[in-house]
Amino acid sequence: MLRLVSAASKPSSAGRLSRVVCSNCSATIGRRTLASTSARSADITLTVDGKEVTVPQGSALIQACEAAGATIPRFCYHDRLAIAGNCRMCLVEVERSPKPVASCAMPAMPGSKVFTNTPLVHEAREGVMEFLLANHPLDCPICDQGGECDLQDQSMRYGSDRSRFHEVYGKRAVENKDLGPLVKTSMNRCIQCTRCVRFANEVAGVEDLGTTGRGNDLQIGMYVEKMMDSELSGNVVDLCPVGALTSKPYAFHARPWELKNTESVDVLDALGSNIRIDSRGVQVMRIQPRTNDAVNEEWISDKARYAYDGLKFQRLTTPLVKDGDRFVPATWEAALQAVADGLKRSGATGDEIQAVAGQLADTEALVALKDLVNRLGSDNTALDGGRGAAPPVAGVDVRANFLLNATIPGVERADAILLVGTNPRHEAAVLNSRIRKSWLHTGLEVGLIGARADTAYGYEYLGDGARALADFVAGKGTFAKTFQAAKRPLIIIGSAVAEQEDGPAVYNALAKFVEKNKERMLTPEWNGFAVLQRAASHAAAYEIGFVPSKHAAATRPKFVYLLNADEVDPAAISPDAFVVYQGHHGDLGAQLADVCLPAAAYTEKGMTWVNTEGRVQLGRAAVPPPGAAREDWKIIRALSEVLGVTLPYDDVLAVRDRMWELSPTLVRYDVTEPTSVGVARAGLGVLAEATKSTKVSGAPLARPIANFYQTDPISRASVTMAQCTRAFVRGEDYDDAARATEAAFG
Amino acid sequence: MLAARAARRAAFAAARTAVCPRPLSTSACRRSDALFVHRDTEYNNPKIPFEFTPENRKKAQTILSHYPPQYKKAAIIPLLHLGQEQLGWTSISVMNYVAKLVEVTPMRVYEVATFYTMFNREPVGKNFVQVCTTTPCMLRGSNEILDTVCTHLGVKPGQTTPDGKFTVVEVECQGACSNAPMMVVHDDFYEDLTPETTRRLLDAFAKGERPKSGPQSGRHTSENSAGLTALTSKPYGPGEHCQPDFQ
Ligand code: SF4
Ligand code: FES
Ligand code: FES
Repeated sequence: MLRLVSAASKPSSAGRLSRVVCSNCSATIGRRTLASTSARSADITLTVDGKEVTVPQGSALIQACEAAGATIPRFCYHDRLAIAGNCRMCLVEVERSPKPVASCAMPAMPGSKVFTNTPLVHEAREGVMEFLLANHPLDCPICDQGGECDLQDQSMRYGSDRSRFHEVYGKRAVENKDLGPLVKTSMNRCIQCTRCVRFANEVAGVEDLGTTGRGNDLQIGMYVEKMMDSELSGNVVDLCPVGALTSKPYAFHARPWELKNTESVDVLDALGSNIRIDSRGVQVMRIQPRTNDAVNEEWISDKARYAYDGLKFQRLTTPLVKDGDRFVPATWEAALQAVADGLKRSGATGDEIQAVAGQLADTEALVALKDLVNRLGSDNTALDGGRGAAPPVAGVDVRANFLLNATIPGVERADAILLVGTNPRHEAAVLNSRIRKSWLHTGLEVGLIGARADTAYGYEYLGDGARALADFVAGKGTFAKTFQAAKRPLIIIGSAVAEQEDGPAVYNALAKFVEKNKERMLTPEWNGFAVLQRAASHAAAYEIGFVPSKHAAATRPKFVYLLNADEVDPAAISPDAFVVYQGHHGDLGAQLADVCLPAAAYTEKGMTWVNTEGRVQLGRAAVPPPGAAREDWKIIRALSEVLGVTLPYDDVLAVRDRMWELSPTLVRYDVTEPTSVGVARAGLGVLAEATKSTKVSGAPLARPIANFYQTDPISRASVTMAQCTRAFVRGEDYDDAARATEAAFG
Repeated sequence: MLAARAARRAAFAAARTAVCPRPLSTSACRRSDALFVHRDTEYNNPKIPFEFTPENRKKAQTILSHYPPQYKKAAIIPLLHLGQEQLGWTSISVMNYVAKLVEVTPMRVYEVATFYTMFNREPVGKNFVQVCTTTPCMLRGSNEILDTVCTHLGVKPGQTTPDGKFTVVEVECQGACSNAPMMVVHDDFYEDLTPETTRRLLDAFAKGERPKSGPQSGRHTSENSAGLTALTSKPYGPGEHCQPDFQ
């Protein structure tokens, strides 16, 4: 599909690159672009290589050529970035134009005749290629980009086998930059396409990357010594058409043609970014984004991309049974028997049997575990972290109460956003880039209640808690007025709000506010009440009702089954309770356990994940689970047999039938199903009713994620993420002997 | 006589052949004379404070008032100039200060400051001598002038004299070709140079004087040095050749 290239996306005017991100200047600076959204006007028709194509007016010529099926070589042009027009590789011939034109920087004109395959075009492109290669080092054999390098590929077509340039002083030499533990630089290879600069400035909001010098000496960098501190920095590795920016953790590990590609879904935040897992043998070698305009566009966060090395460390590979103060490896039979014995010995009955699910639990496992626990006569299914052991504030009966109803692409349509108790930059980095995009190009106004944060866009700070919200609801302050006037206002509520003291009060105020403004906030086209989850499992858990009943929440459990639950509070588990941990990492949960059951991580199983907008997506297994580890639902199924309450499913399809029984949306893949206005209103009504008697304490809404790089067992086990923590969070020197420990299993 | 440039080049070539005897791997690194990254030094680091003097602050306000508020960043170049005028060179603190004034991230200012060669990102001597060596000046003997400057001061292009009085650089065309060869000291043009006048000028600067700028050959501007060749007769005054009535 063609995208419109609006006037605003040209880098020339309006100073969009120069936006200062500061929390309190948004009001003073005024509008951020002169040209806002380009109106979608009529289509135009032109001829490319004798073929007629029709494209929307305002398309670039290169898009028209693509539409006609002509491939245009390019380096600097990228669909999602502003147009730079500085590599000149995309030259085409246009009738009655004296010179070849750069098709990416040229708007398509109605009736023009374009030729992409003439001798003139070839000669022009060959000339450009010769210039590009004049200073490019001949180091393909030792370059990590080899095999997926645009320059390499295009020089096969347009390159000459020798150069006519013989520089007396040799090729240009440029010093490498230290961008941090993620991005490795070989700046000699840079062809100055400035894609990385445009990405950093427009999408990631790191306005420190730029070009210094001029002409032949132009180089990419930050001028001062500085690292690229962004949650999205890994994307410049994909964008760089040559090997100037490559992945540091992946350096010299594999060649692209050795890798098996598996299309899957990321689970390290709740966005469900689409990823491609590249594996060799039993090892995940790297993770790359997959394009999905409805979710992550083309980007993924650094955690999603680089935490994979955590899959090699700290893994549980065999069942373990605690014997005194140490774990003893056991067979599956022995371990499952030990669980059955433990359950009997603990004497737990009814709600004293508790199941706790963590962030990384997949939907199939949640369903199986809930069924198992229910069959044992208990309703005590809880989530870890925060107040997961209590029934959730927003309730789970209406989906609209716990989902990001506006959907991820829909966030871009909002013209006023109020963030409550959330910093999307850490909780959903890719979503944050959408907000930034909209903030840059449209008149979006953002307000924030909660802990102050560097969000990569300007916002109006309203206060730190429920009091500020009360003022906002009462219409005090400029932002409240803007919000009142907005056509598509959106309130994004952080998942952490429900875990805080004032959570119920905040929910109460918001539910009432939305009800009051229902003509704008709850229409068939727009639902402005959005909850941003931060754990991959939570939307699914709420969907299937993996929450405790009131009675169960008040019971002191004697038998605790931790499913990937590593955020549990050890003090909340009574010392004489029998604890089982099922999961893939020896993190906190495993330390508390009496029996550990090794399970597969997300790259090792093909399971269902529900993201924060309720989109159901299937992950796929890229590599086998290590050692004796098994898929989660299978472990639970096997255990049910030992416990004498056999679950009625023998294969994953039967589990999915069961999921369909619980909620049909769980088997409708890749779509979001909007909640109807009536149901959403009823849901908010129930929510307002349930929270009506809460008092406001005025406690500030705390931020849930202090360290973006380490939020779950996988990223905590990752060396790369530990380096990022050192470099970006603590500001220490990150490069040490940590690499030496990389000898891993498998 | 060999121009300093040619000498430099020859020395380079000699060094190159001496260092790498194998002709196949000749990737001696090619660098321009300025470094396009910043390294903190004692005299140039972001901790050194910089601020406009009160009168420069007023000038800055005037400059800023020339641009609409959303295009404040258009004032980067004039403000950098003002900073350079005040400090003598453009330190990292000057750039950071300007960035703050026009409300952009410092990188946007670094990009401008590194793009234009006239921003000196390293300290320069009290007298900044820029000798033009572009073609017209070269044809009129700028090599000799550069040579004279260098030997007289005992430095190479790009260097500063040990006493900190002079920095010499080569520059491209300054737009004064009609009075070639020329050099720029401070912001003044010294034109129609010969080795003698050049030396005289340098000596004057060394003493702290400000010699008269402009052509040093006795010309006023760029008129023909051989005197007028046309329109030499006296121009007729008002009324001449008119009817007597009008006289
Ligand atoms: S580093 Fe890569 S992406 Fe950035 S300008 Fe150079 S070639 Fe382009
Ligand atoms: S792709 Fe058109 S100039 Fe680079
Ligand atoms: S060439 Fe020297 S001033 Fe023009």
